[in-house]
Amino acid sequence: MELFNLTIHELHGMLNKGETTSEAITESVLGRIKAVDGKVRSYITVTEEVARTQAKQADQAGKSGKAPSPVTGIPVAIKDNMCTEGVKTTCASRILGNFIPPYNATVVENLNKAGYVMPGKANMDEFAMGSSTENSGYFVTRNPWDLERIPGGSSGGSAAAVAAGECIAALGSDTGGSIRQPAACCGVVGLKPTYGRVSRFGLVAFASSLDQIGPITKDVTDAAIIMNLIGGHDPKDSTSADLAMPDFTSSLKKDVKGMTIGIPREYFIDGMDPEVDRSVRDAVKTLEGLGAKVVDVTLPHTGYAVATYYILATSEASSNLARYDGVKYGFRAEGAKDLLDMYMKSRSQGFGPEVKRRIMLGTYALSAGYYDAFYKKGQQVRTLIKRDFDEAFKSVDVIATPTAPTAAFKIGEKSEDPLQMYLSDIFTISVNLAGIPGISIPCGFTKSNLPIGLQLLGKHFDEAAIFRAAFAYEQATDHHKKRPKL
Amino acid sequence: MKITKKEVEHVAKLGRLELSDQETDKLTSQLSNILTYVEKLNELDTKSIEPTAHILDIKNVMRDDVAMPSLPQEKALANAPDKAAGHYKVPKIIE
Repeated sequence: MELFNLTIHELHGMLNKGETTSEAITESVLGRIKAVDGKVRSYITVTEEVARTQAKQADQAGKSGKAPSPVTGIPVAIKDNMCTEGVKTTCASRILGNFIPPYNATVVENLNKAGYVMPGKANMDEFAMGSSTENSGYFVTRNPWDLERIPGGSSGGSAAAVAAGECIAALGSDTGGSIRQPAACCGVVGLKPTYGRVSRFGLVAFASSLDQIGPITKDVTDAAIIMNLIGGHDPKDSTSADLAMPDFTSSLKKDVKGMTIGIPREYFIDGMDPEVDRSVRDAVKTLEGLGAKVVDVTLPHTGYAVATYYILATSEASSNLARYDGVKYGFRAEGAKDLLDMYMKSRSQGFGPEVKRRIMLGTYALSAGYYDAFYKKGQQVRTLIKRDFDEAFKSVDVIATPTAPTAAFKIGEKSEDPLQMYLSDIFTISVNLAGIPGISIPCGFTKSNLPIGLQLLGKHFDEAAIFRAAFAYEQATDHHKKRPKL
Repeated sequence: MKITKKEVEHVAKLGRLELSDQETDKLTSQLSNILTYVEKLNELDTKSIEPTAHILDIKNVMRDDVAMPSLPQEKALANAPDKAAGHYKVPKIIE
């Protein structure tokens, strides 16, 4: 098998035995990018030189014995909304088209300390606003399983790069499903950790009460490895939780005996693809066979999640994106007659249509006379949604649902109807509102060979439980071993 | 809930966006659709429900008041579209 198709833990084992080098792995990944990225278009920026230098350093560090960290010498792609010192970070927006961060995001700094290799910055929906990566200000990323289809979004470049072997693993960010839904669409693993688990210092802010960074990987073990490195308290992020970090790789056990898994009836709805429905129900049976007790639970306010999210997320976005004014960094329009005109022109020329739509919706919801009716109402319904989960988790350890109602849809299919696009996040959004962790793992394929995702949800800061259930399921199946033909 | 073209123009001004006529028309219909969908939240009685701002049980996070390294001026200005004499430069505000 080609090196680019292997996992972090497989390559780490080979590096430790002296069977390969980081240079060889890095060249394999860069070669793969050359061969397929013209079709898939996962990357906004490929950082060949940075990667080669880091690979040399990793091989030097490994010479004195074992590779110091599980990701030493391993190429991990970074979503283009995380700051990388000296390397362009665009957020897939024209407004940040020339932005070169003067510092690293904490997650990037942590990977640097572990000696990782950065192959490049991955494409995404502009400012992480979207579910298909069609809203990128640069180009559309394609699904490696079917180039006519979307890779999901907003971390579509990260997920497609992992699936296509254009990196070994990747970082994504998830505000309403942006790690889990693309992971499901591309047949890979994606974890959104608990709100507060991973530092967001250096992550370009979208909706601050919802955003969270997490891994996108080829299997569950790799996701646990990355979480061990990026999680934990960061004094630079006042919303990062000051809690001890468990070793997540120690939760990877092959059974789920004694675990109770809840199935929420509100997630098996009319309009769901029957193939997705069947795959997810089969996956639950597999978990039952591995020793879990399966029970029904109810999350009665599920039907209100999308509406709540699009009030809260757009309100927070309209406030966060007020900083793009063409003064300190980013794009400035030419020919403005005064300061206000400069703001207006820079923002209008710099932002794409979806970003403008969300700034408009959020500004409206926060404007005088509407705040109570929209923003406060949304926050109150958020309380109800969170309580649903608190109640359900009194009797279960993990909740299992589909990640998305359908497999990857066709490029262009939903781009003219924003509301239809928003509804593709129907199963992932509640999780961000409740702040709980969720993972998507591959649980089958449709007849036309498109991946299907199983979503497992846990209590606040109990990523260990979902890692355990996900790993047990993965070890009993072989969906995670399939790779797309490109 | 319907939003009028005039309201869209007003909100655009608040959001510091300059919209073309075509964009204004499109947004008027799209935002009306989205706001109509969002109205379903009114089905829920939330009078006695506390709002959730975020899910962590933290309020203010303080640290000791000690000087820490910060971004040097040169680096802070490196991305500026226009600068002069160690400052960001913007178009004239006062005539």
